[in-house]
Amino acid sequence: MLKLNGIHTFYGPIEALRGINIEVKQGEIVSLIGNNGAGKSTTLMTISGILKPQAGDIVFEGEGIGGMPPHRIVEMGISQVPEGRRIFPRLTIKENLEMGAYTKFKVQLDKIFELFPVLKERQKQLGGTLSGGEQQMLAIGRALMSNPKLLLLDEPSLGLAPIIVSKIFRTIKDINREGVTVLLVEQNARAALKLSNKGYVLETGKIVLEGKGEYLLINEQLKKAYLGE
Amino acid sequence: MRSEELKVKSFDMNTLSTAAKPIIIALWLSLLFLPFKGFKAAILFFAIFSVLLLSLKFLSPYKKIFAERLQIFSKKIYLLSVNRYPSIVIRSALLLLILTMPFMVRDYFIDVAILVGIYVILALGLNVVVGFTGLLNLGFVAFYAIGAYTYALLNTKFGIGFWSALPFSLVITSVAGFLLAIPALRLRGDYLAIVTLGFGEIARLILNNWDSMTRGPNGISGIAPPEILSISFGKLSHYYYLVFLFVILTLFITRRVYASRIGRAWVAIREDEIAASAMGINTTLYKLYAFAFGTFWAGLAGALFSGKMQFVSPESFTFMESVLILCMVILGGLGSIPGVIFGAFILVLLPEVLREVQLYRMLSLGVGLVLMMIFRPQGLLGGKRVSLRS
Ligand SMILES: Nc1ncnc2c1ncn2[C@@H]1O[C@H](COP(=O)(O)OP(=O)(O)OP(=O)(O)O)[C@@H](O)[C@H]1O
Ligand SMILES: [Mg+2]
Repeated sequence: MLKLNGIHTFYGPIEALRGINIEVKQGEIVSLIGNNGAGKSTTLMTISGILKPQAGDIVFEGEGIGGMPPHRIVEMGISQVPEGRRIFPRLTIKENLEMGAYTKFKVQLDKIFELFPVLKERQKQLGGTLSGGEQQMLAIGRALMSNPKLLLLDEPSLGLAPIIVSKIFRTIKDINREGVTVLLVEQNARAALKLSNKGYVLETGKIVLEGKGEYLLINEQLKKAYLGE
Repeated sequence: MRSEELKVKSFDMNTLSTAAKPIIIALWLSLLFLPFKGFKAAILFFAIFSVLLLSLKFLSPYKKIFAERLQIFSKKIYLLSVNRYPSIVIRSALLLLILTMPFMVRDYFIDVAILVGIYVILALGLNVVVGFTGLLNLGFVAFYAIGAYTYALLNTKFGIGFWSALPFSLVITSVAGFLLAIPALRLRGDYLAIVTLGFGEIARLILNNWDSMTRGPNGISGIAPPEILSISFGKLSHYYYLVFLFVILTLFITRRVYASRIGRAWVAIREDEIAASAMGINTTLYKLYAFAFGTFWAGLAGALFSGKMQFVSPESFTFMESVLILCMVILGGLGSIPGVIFGAFILVLLPEVLREVQLYRMLSLGVGLVLMMIFRPQGLLGGKRVSLRS
C-alpha cells in the first residue's frame, strides 16, 4: 500500500533521513520506533508531504506521491496525527473535527463520537482546554474525519497516564479492525510492537532493524536499547 | 533556622524585583515625555508614574477588579452591538442616527464620519490578513495608496469617472497584493513583517519620486468626485451615504467569506499552520487569497479617499498610517469584526477630540496599547474565544 524507497530528507544542511526503506501493507499496523531525534517524525512529515524528500520515492497505492503538496496527499487518503497533537486551541471540539473533514463535502461526526463518547459530551469545549488524553482522542478523531485509508500516528502515548495509553492503543486496534491501515511512531516500544504486524527500528536517520512485531520483541539488541531489559 | 533565613532573604529579593519593574516602566514612560516637556516635567512625571505604578503593583488585586470591570463594560457594548433580542430597538436607533446624522450636525462632523467609514473599510481589510489568517502585514498602506492613485491617475489623465475606474482600482490593488504575497509568503513571522514593511516604503518612495507620473510630493489635485446620473457626490452629505453603503457592503462580504470554507481555512492557518496542512488545506493558496482579498478592500478605501479629498499625495500614505490601521485591528480585537469597527472609530475620533494634544497622539496610543496588552490582550471587544461563527 505504502512504500518508501531510499528516502533522504534534509533540514537545510542537516540530513535527517539517510536512505529509508519502509513498506506498509494493506490492513497492517506497522510501528516505527527509535530514540529521540532518530527521524521518526521526519519520516511521517515526509510521507504527509509537509517535508519534501531530496531523493528517493514514495509510492502509495501504485502512485508516486513524493513531492506532492500535503493537501493532495490528504485527498489521496493519508492522514496524520502529528506529534504533540496540534489541536486548534481556540476552536471547539466540533470545529476541530470539522476542520479534519476539510477535504470532504460531508461532515460525518457520528462515527467519531461513537469511538470517543467524551468528545460528544463536550462538543462545545475549546480544544485548548482539554486534558492531554482528551486532546489525543480529539487529534485522532480529527485525523479520521477525512476517512483515511492510511493513518499516520506520531507518539500517541506521549505524556499520558498508563490507563489512557492502553485505552488509546485499544482504540488504534479498533480503528485498524475497521479497515484503516496504521503506521505508528512510538517511544513506548513494547506496547507498540505487541500491537503491530511489523516493526522498524530507526537510528539517526537509518533503519537498523526490521521484522515482525513478536520477533523484534525478543530480539536481544532491541531489548537492551529500547525495552529496558 | 537556615532555611528560614533564606526564605526571608528571597522574600526581600522578590519585593525588590517587584518594586524595580514599575520603576523601570515609570522611567521609560517619563523619558518619552522628556523631548516634549523638558527635564523638570520629566522628573515630575517619573515621580507620579512611579507612585502610580507601585501602588498599582502592590494593590495587585486591583488589576483583577479593573480587568473584570473592563470585561463587563466591553461585554455590555458587545451585547448592545451584537446580541439580537434587546438590540433590535437599539440597532434601528443606531441606524436611524447614522442615516439622519448629516441633517443634524456641522460639516466638520460629517467629514470625520466619512473618514471613520474609510478607515473601517481599511481595518476590515487588514483584519482579514492579520486577524483571520494571522499574517502580519506592516505595509498595508501601500495598497491603500495604489487604490487611491489608480483612481486619481485614471481620472485626471484619462477623464475616467469613478464608477468605471473603481474596478481598475480594485483589481490592480488585489493583483499587487497577490504579487507581493507570492514571494513574501515563503517567509514567516518577523520576516514577513519586514518584507511587507519594506514594500510599503518602496511604494511611497515611488510615488514620491516618479514625478512624470505622480507629480511627486506635490500630489495630484483636481480629482473628480463620483457621480451617479450626473448627480455629483461632491457634497459631503452625499459622500457620507456613499461611504456608508460601501462600509455595509464590506461588512457583509467579509462576514460572509469569514463564515465560508475559505474563512475556515484562514482560521486553521492562523491557529496552527502545520496542523492546517495536515488537514488537507492548501495553505499557500489560502494565504494568497487572504492577501489579495484583504488588499481588495484597501483598493476600495483608496478610491473612496481620492474621491473624497479630490487630492492625493504620498504624505497620506506613510508607515505611521499602516501602524494606525494595525492598531485599529489590534485595539478592537484581532479577528473580531465588531471589535475592528470599534477600534477604527476610537482611533479616528480620539485625535479629533484631542486636537490640542496632537503631540501626544502617538504617545497616548502607545501607552494605551501597552496597558491593553496587560489588562486585555484579546482587544477591547475581542472575546476570549474566536469562534468561526462570529
Ligand atoms: N525543523 C528542524 N530544523 C532542523 N533540524 C530538525 C528540525 N526538525 C528536526 N530536526 C532534526 O532532525 C532529526 C530528526 O528529528 P525528528 O523530529 O524526526 O526525530 P524523532 O525521531 O521524531 O524524535 P522524537 O522521538 O524526539 O520525537 C533530529 O536530529 C532533529 O534535531
Ligand atoms: Mg518525533
